[in-house]
Amino acid sequence: MSGYLLEARNVTKLFPAAGKKKVHAVSDVSLQIREGETLGLVGESGCGKSTLGRLLIRLLAPTSGEVRFRGENITALKDSDFRRIRKEMQLVFQDPYASLDPRMTVRDLVAEPIETWRLCGSREEVTDRVRELLRAVNVPEEFLYRYPHQFSGGQRQRIGIARAIAADPSFIVCDEPVSALDVSVQNQILNLLRDLKTSRKLTYLFISHDLSVVRYLADRVCIMFLGKICEIGDTEEIYTRPRHPYTRFLLDAVPVPDPSVRGKEIRLLKGEPPSPADPPTGCRFRTRCPRATEKCAASEPELRYIGGVQAACYYAEEGPA
Amino acid sequence: MLKAKRKQVEQAADLRLQSQIGEQERFRDQLRRMARENKTAVVSFFVIVILMLAAILAPLLTPYEENEMDLLHRLQPPSAEHLLGTDEGGRDVLTRLLFGARVSLLIGVAPALLSLILGALLGAAAGYRGGMTDTVIMRIADVTLAFPSMLLAMVIMYSLGGGIFNVFLTLTLVNWANVARIVRSQTLKLRSDEFVEAARVTGVPDRTILRRHILPNCLPTLLVLFTLNIPAAILTESSLSFLGLGIQPPNASWGLMINTGRQYLYNAPWLCFAPGAAIMLIVLSFNFLGNGLLDVLDPRMKKQ
Ligand SMILES: Nc1ncnc2c1ncn2[C@@H]1O[C@H](COP(=O)(O)OP(=O)(O)OP(=O)(O)O)[C@@H](O)[C@H]1O
Ligand code: SF4
Ligand SMILES: [Mg+2]
Repeated sequence: MSGYLLEARNVTKLFPAAGKKKVHAVSDVSLQIREGETLGLVGESGCGKSTLGRLLIRLLAPTSGEVRFRGENITALKDSDFRRIRKEMQLVFQDPYASLDPRMTVRDLVAEPIETWRLCGSREEVTDRVRELLRAVNVPEEFLYRYPHQFSGGQRQRIGIARAIAADPSFIVCDEPVSALDVSVQNQILNLLRDLKTSRKLTYLFISHDLSVVRYLADRVCIMFLGKICEIGDTEEIYTRPRHPYTRFLLDAVPVPDPSVRGKEIRLLKGEPPSPADPPTGCRFRTRCPRATEKCAASEPELRYIGGVQAACYYAEEGPA
Repeated sequence: MLKAKRKQVEQAADLRLQSQIGEQERFRDQLRRMARENKTAVVSFFVIVILMLAAILAPLLTPYEENEMDLLHRLQPPSAEHLLGTDEGGRDVLTRLLFGARVSLLIGVAPALLSLILGALLGAAAGYRGGMTDTVIMRIADVTLAFPSMLLAMVIMYSLGGGIFNVFLTLTLVNWANVARIVRSQTLKLRSDEFVEAARVTGVPDRTILRRHILPNCLPTLLVLFTLNIPAAILTESSLSFLGLGIQPPNASWGLMINTGRQYLYNAPWLCFAPGAAIMLIVLSFNFLGNGLLDVLDPRMKKQ
């Protein structure tokens, strides 16, 4: 037994792209998630966060590599054998407008997992269970027979969360669950997710591009760039002493409320982000890295431990450039 | 159905999915608005209802029997006794028209419904499963669509022989491919929609996903297709019967009535005009209604 709840081993996902090219959405990613922890997943748009999240819960099949759940290789399982694990893994979507079937009532939406897994006997029992779940996510019970379009974004996201927890999963991928919401309700949803995590003993992969949100929720954080892990480890450790130049850039770019300091954020990164269909040789970050040397162009740095945190950079020990 | 019309339905359906997946609950409201604004569609709707009632109540509306011969009064022009005259067997044309409406309407509705069901199921399966299922189903559909539908219908009817059941079968085989193509492209879009992914991650089996999430979201499109397939089927049947390949006498269908009336076109033109006008009326009505529904489907029309 590896002792981890979830483990990715050299997971790679290629998507076919225009021409004969392949998009390297996720390249050779290995990571572990312990039971009960929240792993934050951070990176810019298109770096493969959602793809990695979907690979972990087998909504996508990896091109190569394997995913293990409680030590069992779920990539190798047949669909019929995987079904017993399906229930354990859930997803909270970014867009609460697109992720609820517009033609179903709240009752039917939340009942779907309960009925699919036959967790309750009669219709009344199912409805009671739905009420319970709605209470748990703070959606008034009298809305049971309303349709998604009659709700605000925040409430829809609560309904999405009720669906996600309905079958009592142990692992939930939260794919930017608040980034489509008004700032005013973001905190409520984040608190709800945090409370549910303790009360239901959940483990999260929390995807976000908002570093402050990740700091608030995540025990450990994983920084991705162009389908690869740059750095992964204890959140506070990484936030206070980033090893990888890209992490440093991200932390510096966290929006500053003071307008006089704003604008600096952009200056740090030069050039366009390279295309995932055609990643640079050697270190993928080198075309934009202030520290890049010939060595970086020649070969790709592996993830390695530097004081309890893993980083993939040849000069991780040396501090900012 | 015409190629151009199919394209239009396809486009409208696509746009609808792109623009307002969260708002489809409003289709009902949109229908209500159409009822207020599109008078042609409303009139057409009532014409259809009246024709259907007339067909159902045919025996009550006329004193004559469908096949009641009266050789003493052959080929009589319209008069007070015979509002639309009599035919070569002395049968009352209006009576035959009313009974023919049963056949023609049944032939419009039943194959349109059958091809809708068949096309929706196959199209959804092709779009959702992809791979071999998709390739096989869509190749067959493409081949079907490559032939002019009339030619295809003639070939099938010729090899099966006449009779109402074979007409159903033929019209279904001719029309399902249109539906399949459109439903497939809708399914492809819906499949990558998040609420379908949400069902998959919940462990809902594929078949249930199709039934519960994908097909219901295609319903507005299916309604339009249904309405537009009916006149296509009626026209095809009329042509088939006119060519002697469809309904067999002594049953009356409008196409068949034109076929037999043709020989008396000079001395008894009402034999052709009455069923001809009836076909035109029903086909136009369904087309107007279908176009109205198509406007409702197309989100670009919603803005006004
Ligand atoms: N189904 C797909 N087919 C082809 N390419 C895809 C597919 N899904 C994702 N990609 C590509 O893979 C890359 C990673 O996409 P992914 O959605 O995982 O990024 P992300 O980090 O979640 O971005 P965002 O922050 O915008 O959500 C992108 O370049 C994207 O275009
Ligand atoms: S390996 Fe080189 S290019 Fe890559 S991040 Fe480190 S210094 Fe920059
Ligand atoms: Mg994403």
